[in-house]
Amino acid sequence: MNAQLKPTGFPLPSSLKVIPGTERAQAAYPYHIQFGPGDDERFWFYNSMHFPEPMSAFDMVTAEAAYAALGSANTRVHCLPTTLGIDHRIINGRVYIGGNAVTDPAEIARRTDEFQKRAFYYYANWERLYAQWKEKMLKLIKDAQALPKPELPEFEPLENVHAGRGVASNHYLLDTYQKTLEGYFRMWHHHFEFLLLGYGAYLTFFAFCKKAFPEITDQTIARMVAGIEAEIFRPDDELRRLARRAVELGVDSKFQEGVSAEDIIRSLEQAGEPGREWLKELEKSRDPWFNINVGDGFYHYHRAWNDDLSMPFAGLPEYMRRVKAGESLDREIERLQAERKQLIDDYRELLSTDEERAAYDQMITLAHRVFPYVEGHKFYCEHWYTNLFFNKIREFGALLSKHGFFPNPDDVFHLNHYELELAIIDLMSAWSSGSTPRGPQHWPKLVAERRAAIAIWAKHDTPPALGPVPDVIDDPAIVMLWGITRESLNQWLEASTGGNSNEVKGFAASSGVVEGTARVVKSVEEISRLQKGDVLVCQVTNPTWAPIFQKIVGAVSDIGGSMSHAAIVAREYGLPAVVGTGNATSRIKDGQRIRVDGGRGIVTILQ
Amino acid sequence: MRSTEIAGWFAHIGLHDRPQVGGKGGSLGELQRAGIDVPPGFVVKTGAFERFIQALEREAPVRARIEALNADDLDAVSRCCKEMRERVEKADLPREVLDEIATAHGELCGAGAQTPVAVRSSATTEDASDASFAGLQDTYLWVTSLEDTLHRVRSCWASLYSVESVTYRRKRGMPEEGVAMAVVVQKMVNARTAGVMFTRSPTTGDRSVITIEGAWGLGSAVVSGEVTPDRWVLGKITGEIPVRDISDKHIQHVPAAGGGTEEVPVPDDLRKKACLSDDELQALRGIARKVERHYGRAQDIEWAVERDTNRILLLQSRPETVWSSKDAAPVARPASDPLSHVMSIFGGQR
Repeated sequence: MNAQLKPTGFPLPSSLKVIPGTERAQAAYPYHIQFGPGDDERFWFYNSMHFPEPMSAFDMVTAEAAYAALGSANTRVHCLPTTLGIDHRIINGRVYIGGNAVTDPAEIARRTDEFQKRAFYYYANWERLYAQWKEKMLKLIKDAQALPKPELPEFEPLENVHAGRGVASNHYLLDTYQKTLEGYFRMWHHHFEFLLLGYGAYLTFFAFCKKAFPEITDQTIARMVAGIEAEIFRPDDELRRLARRAVELGVDSKFQEGVSAEDIIRSLEQAGEPGREWLKELEKSRDPWFNINVGDGFYHYHRAWNDDLSMPFAGLPEYMRRVKAGESLDREIERLQAERKQLIDDYRELLSTDEERAAYDQMITLAHRVFPYVEGHKFYCEHWYTNLFFNKIREFGALLSKHGFFPNPDDVFHLNHYELELAIIDLMSAWSSGSTPRGPQHWPKLVAERRAAIAIWAKHDTPPALGPVPDVIDDPAIVMLWGITRESLNQWLEASTGGNSNEVKGFAASSGVVEGTARVVKSVEEISRLQKGDVLVCQVTNPTWAPIFQKIVGAVSDIGGSMSHAAIVAREYGLPAVVGTGNATSRIKDGQRIRVDGGRGIVTILQ
Repeated sequence: MRSTEIAGWFAHIGLHDRPQVGGKGGSLGELQRAGIDVPPGFVVKTGAFERFIQALEREAPVRARIEALNADDLDAVSRCCKEMRERVEKADLPREVLDEIATAHGELCGAGAQTPVAVRSSATTEDASDASFAGLQDTYLWVTSLEDTLHRVRSCWASLYSVESVTYRRKRGMPEEGVAMAVVVQKMVNARTAGVMFTRSPTTGDRSVITIEGAWGLGSAVVSGEVTPDRWVLGKITGEIPVRDISDKHIQHVPAAGGGTEEVPVPDDLRKKACLSDDELQALRGIARKVERHYGRAQDIEWAVERDTNRILLLQSRPETVWSSKDAAPVARPASDPLSHVMSIFGGQR
């Protein structure tokens, strides 16, 4: 294929330039994930679902580890018949990804044989393997928690010497770092052990419903499958519980808007027995349920509730108000279960033959078996484990910063993970030889450059996709995880060329129609700008933003499928939501009045 | 209220009376018996038509003349039809027919009152041919006197002798004996909003949704296509409303001062306003499910919301024919290994 651009294609990777002045920051990403020869012939799309903001050099590890694990699961472990893994590239801090489809029928047949020996074994033994998975994850978490804080004392502690440990602290520095990375890469392998199989079983039922009931809404199918007691609901459930306890204990008046979490805790400590009682309840909730971060686990600055209580505390006053208004905040598990069963039964009855009903039962039974994993894994992987990981790196940042490598502990995230190992080796060598590390001369300038580059990149939009559009998107991983189909690409193309329309189209994620002021939020730090009654417009909606869902009246996102957790939470809150629009954050201007039609997947710009 | 071979009240008839009361009449009776609100009324049964035709035959042949026609001889068909229609429209009604219709009309409207009624033909033929006749049969709205009612009953009968109807019968060689027409006479609903709804999606055949279309005023504006109706799609089971297309409804049909209906512009503030509230949409969904369950098959339904009371009334319910007559392949069959279903996702589309 020559460089000629098809009228229906996206810009070629080679035409996308590194923003002038940021070339050195771009060079911080390893050579094999820079766009290069051959990449113009492939289709790439911007993975703004997982990486909505420019990636700092260290955070790139989240892409590297995730794709190494996803690829091995698809390509080598379960042997998906029609697809191998996913390649990724980074430019201007943006992560583009491209699938590797298998098209040769003989190869598909060969892989199908393998797939059935492997994946079917997993399905057949799902409960046992999933129980085993949870044990593995909890052990991995425990191991990570047990890693020592990296420290370099002036003299080796006497007890180590008397104990005859025979290994000095600088060795443990490197050992801890390598174990931290090893655990993180291992976690991602666990993450993908079941994921595609789980989504696949869900999508099998989904596709059946769409065929049998062409006009059924995605959210109805999701309601038939969704678990009622999934881990992803727990943090928010805990908030409701804490709000109720605060009202019961009579300490709810301590939670004033504008008062910091620290000040609230201090005033509760001074509020006698009821205050202390509530703080005990808070501790119960925090371990483990506040190990949820405010993003999706791909950025070091998406801090967990446990690290920054301002986020969960911001949600408490509204819940307390509802408790006092006599509302029950309990999710009525039994009623929800009965409703789900009724829904499934009613749709079964609409099918035309007993044969279809039998197939329907087979498919929903499998979907119900696999779904606890699909819903539950994120809490253990992207949240709990990832928080431990970034906090451990932050400890290294504090140590290096103390030794003058860079001004702030968080500057460590401007070193990629290979560079960080070098910096640690630099420090441990200097500590052992008694001389001065070279890092303080080397890193501050690079860190400043890279920090500036991230700020520049964040101001530039990037195309939603690059390269020639494939005739069919037959890669189940891409369809399942990103909701990308030939149709959605056509919509993106239309939007990028047309732009004359006031409509932004996406997936119908949660039905209802609402009008409100658009609040275009490009990073998680900006969410405090949201006012009651606003419509959230963001690159990716996120369930862990739960407290703010009480404030907004609707949500619009650039990326996300109708079975994303975002969509599930929007439905839980009864908010109209349109996801996967491709470019809502660039087409809608902050402060514009918009209408969100969540049932049809259409956002209209009214002014 | 007494029903006879000439006139039958809705409360006394059902679908099985179709040969005497026609499809429309039988359906209205059936709906009323199922506990669904319909505008009150009666059917001028085929017994009335039969007595009337017999009287005409005694003056000069009718059915033999029609049967002798060659469907391809359009001139002859046209001439004969014109003559027959004139005879049907002009001839006096037999005494007993006249008396019974007058009595029923009086009971329906109150003696001497000018209560408006709708007069609608109700064919006795089966579904398929009924569909072919659709549009050939007549509906007269806002008829305000007994005299006009009798006139419109004869107009409905006369529609059996339209060129299209007669050609249709001649081409199929149908015997004229037994060709008959019942006529529904029912109280007019002064509709604030009216329209149609489908318990099976007209566009996709989906059984899990109810499609509702409606516009301001009488339903005739929607049925005739003179106004683009508002359109909603409701989940039959969930009640969610994923589709709301609110259109610009520039005109509406309303009762005219001197009887009949007229087209008037819709006030500006209502043109782009939804003509049904969410509560009304949900009420229609409930009615649609009840009617569908009663018949045990998908239905196309005409409805109206009465202007002064906001009461929902059904004007007609017909079995859905388009999708029901298609032989759909099963969406999926049960598999001996339930796991093999996942290959529909993992196996690729090629």
